[in-house]
Amino acid sequence: MRAGQTVTTSGRAPRAAWWGNPAVRAFIWQALLVIAVISLFVWAGRNVAANLRASNITWGFGFLTEAANFDITGSLIPFRAGDTYARALLAGFGNTLAAALVAILIATALGFVVGVARLSRNVLVARFAAAYVEALRNTPLLLQLLVWYNVVLKSLPGPRQSIALPGGLLLNNRGLYGPWPVAAPGWSALGLGLLAALAVSIGLAVWSARRRRAGRAPLALWLLTPLVFIGLPLAAVWLTAGTVAGALPVTWPELRGFNVGGGVTLLPEFVALVLGLSLYTSAFIAEIVRSGVQAVPKGQREAGRALGLREGQILRLIVIPQALRLIIPPLAGQYLNLTKNSSLAVAIGYPDLVSIGAGPVLQNTGQALEVISLIMLIYLALSLLTALLMNWWNARMALAER
Amino acid sequence: MKRAPVLMAMACGVAAAMANGAPAAAGVLDQVRQRGQVICGANPGLAGFGVPDDKGKWTGFDVDYCRAISAAVFGDPDKVKYVPLTAKDRFTALQTGEIDVLVRNTTWTMSRDTALGASFTNVNFYDGQAFLVRAKLGLKSALELNGATICVQQGTTNELNMADFFRSHKMEYKPVSFGSAAETVRAYDAGRCDAFTSDSSALHAERLRMTNPSEHVVLPELISREPFGAAVRKGDDQWFDVVRWVGYGLVAAEDAGVTKANVDEKRSSDNPELRRMLGAEGKLGPAIGLPDEWLVNVVRAVGNYGEIYDRHFGETSRLKIPRGLNNLWNKGGLMYAPPLR
Ligand SMILES: N[C@@H](CCC(=O)N[C@@H](CS)C(=O)NCC(=O)O)C(=O)O
Repeated sequence: MRAGQTVTTSGRAPRAAWWGNPAVRAFIWQALLVIAVISLFVWAGRNVAANLRASNITWGFGFLTEAANFDITGSLIPFRAGDTYARALLAGFGNTLAAALVAILIATALGFVVGVARLSRNVLVARFAAAYVEALRNTPLLLQLLVWYNVVLKSLPGPRQSIALPGGLLLNNRGLYGPWPVAAPGWSALGLGLLAALAVSIGLAVWSARRRRAGRAPLALWLLTPLVFIGLPLAAVWLTAGTVAGALPVTWPELRGFNVGGGVTLLPEFVALVLGLSLYTSAFIAEIVRSGVQAVPKGQREAGRALGLREGQILRLIVIPQALRLIIPPLAGQYLNLTKNSSLAVAIGYPDLVSIGAGPVLQNTGQALEVISLIMLIYLALSLLTALLMNWWNARMALAER
Repeated sequence: MKRAPVLMAMACGVAAAMANGAPAAAGVLDQVRQRGQVICGANPGLAGFGVPDDKGKWTGFDVDYCRAISAAVFGDPDKVKYVPLTAKDRFTALQTGEIDVLVRNTTWTMSRDTALGASFTNVNFYDGQAFLVRAKLGLKSALELNGATICVQQGTTNELNMADFFRSHKMEYKPVSFGSAAETVRAYDAGRCDAFTSDSSALHAERLRMTNPSEHVVLPELISREPFGAAVRKGDDQWFDVVRWVGYGLVAAEDAGVTKANVDEKRSSDNPELRRMLGAEGKLGPAIGLPDEWLVNVVRAVGNYGEIYDRHFGETSRLKIPRGLNNLWNKGGLMYAPPLR
């Protein structure tokens, strides 16, 4: 009698060898994979460390607090030679954010208009919108940016022949110049007044809604809100300064030496970047809007008509709310793309995060790994934040729908 | 088990990576020999220093330095692969081993020579930074640039010197900086800036790219010292020596009157200095891992330092940059080679 038979007779099922068990095998393969991946990282890390040591490069983020020796023009967060590298990166980040936010607003507005225009029953409008979309989304963005930059630069005169626009604006190939407030108590009062107006008008809106729900007549918000927004700030200024006109000093742009000085400047690089990014992205948004609207079943419109709604009402009350649910998720993707695409700024001399980080900061410190990983982290954080906001909006829209 | 092959491949990949992962044991010179090519970081296009033509053939002062290195190693000046690098990318390319040597109008500074992982072997061109402006502005001096908008290339010493210059003279300015020379020049030419700043030699070259070169002038001041040199990665003494002595050899050859035309004749002269230099006696070449006739091959291929200079910057060239500081030490310049003995 062999051992195997003894086992069988003991009444237990024959046990397969452990390596025959798929669960065990899967576990082993996964463990191996994890080990392989970890060793790959460890190896890469050690290799990097050894190579850095061999080339006498120190690893670390200490450089961030050292003084940087270059200047940045026209950053939202002011920067001068002698400030730290950290501040240089911050200035770049501020510029990225500014360009991306403005471009997102314009791209969204344009995209909705063009997307709806593509569905227009007017053939000319629809064709024009289609041409717009195809032209913009089928040519490389970098090329478009260079074209816009050159159009902006070449079509405008030099500072001495600046074009004077209404409202004290000056336009030349160094930028668009406008008046800007000079710090004064009047301006602070104005700011506070505006904040107060915002608070009051929200309060009014809430109150009005409550009245309506209680069955009473809502407030005349269309009249009250503008009154609050004009009256409160003016009153605040007048109370602090005793006058309104004189309490709000501004500097006006004027030609000084080489350039226009005073006032506030919108750099041509900024204009070209925002123009390029928003036009390019608007083409994609237009497609998203078009497909979102088309995806709303025809029956919905017909039902609307059957109820006797007008076309405008059908669009506003039936089609758009449903289309939005389809539009928002891909829209978020476009916003992320736009933000990341803004790093093409370096090609047209706009000092964004990548331009400053991978440019003078990396070059003068030699800390390539640190700078690049910092930039990546910042973009990642920005993307996650955008995704979060858009998800929240999406959730809200979806809820309001039911 | 569908995953197995993928996993196997990964495991093999890891093993392979571990095997050749240790920082290259073979020196750069050996790698260059094995590869049959020197990989040289070059300027993407700066007249005089390095420009590829439409057939991909490179010419220029820095290019001839790469060719000289190739001639010293292989006896053939054409075993060079050129990697065009913008100012921003060049040190990363050197650090990561993408190139063996960087010869690209690159200024030797202390931090680049130490913290950036590069080692400069010697100076091949002494220059200084200047400003290019439109002649019709009627400027006479860089000190009149208060308030000007100035185009500059990113990642250059020029960007930093300009900040120092304006700060120390308590003047205002607005820099507009671009990633490549082409973009910088285009913006200046389109009127975005009042001035364009770079090394004086580069300004002479870039002026020729303007829509109308004669409308632009270089202001007289040099606001910095810009000694250009060849740089190698830190940590390989043999390769450092090769690049350094090819550079000194070119200067020594000019100093000793050895030219492309007479190099073979000089080799058989009985002047002991010439015989050592040109490998007829002594072991100077083998001491740096090169054949005896290393410098003969170099001079035969590209000429001596003066010949290279004249070819690209001399009277008959487009740029016509006076030798000045780049003349030999005994002719009022700074070019001086330690003895080849
Ligand atoms: N010598 C300076 C400047 C070198 C430099 O990059 N000069 C510009 C002159 S315009 C250049 O050659 N650019 C060519 C390019 O990057 O395309 C340095 O080493 O930082």
